[in-house]
Amino acid sequence: MDTTPRELSYAQAIQEAMAIAMEADERVFLMGEDIGVYGGAFQVTGDLVERFGTDRVMDTPISELGGAGVAVGAAVTGMRPIFEFQFSDFATLGMEQIVNQAAKMRYMLGGEVSVPVVMRFPAGSGTGAAAQHSQSLEAWLGHVPGLKVIQPATPYDAKGMLLAAVADPDPVMIFEHKLLYKMKGPVPEGHYTVPIGKADIRREGRDLTIVATSIMVHKALEAAAALEAEGIDIEVIDLRSIRPMDKQTIIDSVKKTSRLMCVYEAVKTLGIGAEVSAMIAESDAFDFLDAPIVRLGGAETPIPYNPDLEKATVPQVPGIIAAARDLAKGAR
Amino acid sequence: MAEASKAVADSRANLPFVYRQYSPEQLKEVLYKMYLIRRFEEGAEESYMRGLIHGTMHLSIGQEASAMGICMPLTDDDQITSTHRGHGHCIAKGAEVKRMFAEFFGKTSGYCKGRGGSMHIADVAKGNLGANGIVGGGIPIAVGAALSAKKMKTGKVVVSFFGDGANNEGAFHEALNMAAVWKLPVIFVCENNGYGMSTSTARSTAVKNIAERAAAYSMPGVIVNGNIFSEVAEASHKAVERARAGEGPTLIESKTYRHRGHSKSDRNRYRTKEEIEDWMSNRDPITLFENEMRDFGFIDDQGIQSIRDAVAKEIAEGIEFAKASESPDIRDILNYVYTEQA
Repeated sequence: MDTTPRELSYAQAIQEAMAIAMEADERVFLMGEDIGVYGGAFQVTGDLVERFGTDRVMDTPISELGGAGVAVGAAVTGMRPIFEFQFSDFATLGMEQIVNQAAKMRYMLGGEVSVPVVMRFPAGSGTGAAAQHSQSLEAWLGHVPGLKVIQPATPYDAKGMLLAAVADPDPVMIFEHKLLYKMKGPVPEGHYTVPIGKADIRREGRDLTIVATSIMVHKALEAAAALEAEGIDIEVIDLRSIRPMDKQTIIDSVKKTSRLMCVYEAVKTLGIGAEVSAMIAESDAFDFLDAPIVRLGGAETPIPYNPDLEKATVPQVPGIIAAARDLAKGAR
Repeated sequence: MAEASKAVADSRANLPFVYRQYSPEQLKEVLYKMYLIRRFEEGAEESYMRGLIHGTMHLSIGQEASAMGICMPLTDDDQITSTHRGHGHCIAKGAEVKRMFAEFFGKTSGYCKGRGGSMHIADVAKGNLGANGIVGGGIPIAVGAALSAKKMKTGKVVVSFFGDGANNEGAFHEALNMAAVWKLPVIFVCENNGYGMSTSTARSTAVKNIAERAAAYSMPGVIVNGNIFSEVAEASHKAVERARAGEGPTLIESKTYRHRGHSKSDRNRYRTKEEIEDWMSNRDPITLFENEMRDFGFIDDQGIQSIRDAVAKEIAEGIEFAKASESPDIRDILNYVYTEQA
């Protein structure tokens, strides 16, 4: 008997999660630009329209603000929409409905309504799409109370966290790195959830903690594997959820390793690395630190078109290795 | 009995729409609610002047017929989205003024438990999905609610109130387009009071009548005198019928006027005293409706006086209720940000 776990790509895992959610609950439906016969700009919805029809896999006009608002309105009145922004950059066009309406409606109305909307954002650089189709804006949304913001890094988590998001009564924003869509990994069949707000220790280690998000989790793991040969033992935490953030897992890890590095693709300043670093500085883990905290983030620039420049804009494995080696000096 | 009612019907045959459609009792209730809206806002304004409530407010005094007329054919199951100038819509949709006052006073007995204030009052049980502090913010949400109604086959109709200012927001255009493409049971009601804050529609809007914009989205665009209750109610009836029949959305432009400034910071420098005076003296919607009802024999002076007295009593009791209600506990500051889960 073949006991090898079934593998799906990250995109297939999301698609399967959406199909399971729609099978299980007739209130669930998909909205977005070109998600029907086209299958979505990144083929995440694929052929779902053939299975569920155009009423449940709804192509919208190119109207991000209006479309997001329609999803919010449907959510507060009993439906469970999953709204796909074609690129996370287009969140800028829908920001009003996300930030002023979806995030605040429950609060403003004194708890009289919930807004169970899921919004999906294909994010990140590496596709040669340049400055307006490559951004990582998750920290923008992570700054807004009322939203939950997640960044699954594996096919397994992509499926489980999407199913958790659909079941969640509050608005959940999912940032999916475009370069992960083709990555394969084990994905169980059927329904399961991965909790929102819980980080995952992808690799245990004693010398240094790397807190990474999304695609950077894989780069950090690659760096950790390379440094193992040098006797440097790195713990890699996949943050998975930036709001709410699993502070305790990070604190416990830093107490163990006494060294912290944050690796994320978004622009370095005022981002997730700042938040994690400040959180540790405020916590009782601060006294355990044996070296200054290091942040590796995106350069202070729009994402360039030229492939060499584009790569140089965001953290890459050699840079993580060098920085981690440096930070680990004197450990133990 | 049948003959008597036929005689009544005959005697009303030449009267405007609402006098044929509704009983005298129903119309008296409308007058009551128009006064209730007016006195609620006057009460809120006075409480603000006396320092009892803080923040700001946007008063709809002068626009009462518009709110009442539009909501007339709606049931409690039908839904509305409202605006920063939304007290009238809220009362017209069935809210209790005491809980509205309590919200103004920031109390836990308020509709939003003191978290929303004037600009976010909602009454979900009566179908009011909320006022909105963002111009045009509620329009796509109404379309979403209408999409739910269509998907769940509830038969509900959704009304989105907004002002002339919102008709230049992108959300207005995106929402109208989607509602038309998907033939949703939604009615867009533009209460055109002539000014988006200080900027007149003549200076801000390329079309003479906002209703003309309906043509761009292939839906009926209807202009009504928003200060004449019967005209507004008749247009709303037609639009609601069309929506319920699955024929799609309508844009109603209700031309009206706000007697007060935009908000409490307004010095009224963009319009003349004469203009304001003219609307207050000659085109006040409550006076117009009251006179009409009296002329048609639906009410007499004594009936009018008893309505005014009853409204005054409800307002006074509402303010007392608000004053006596409890303020939120500061320890509860994080409540309602997220849904409480077991």
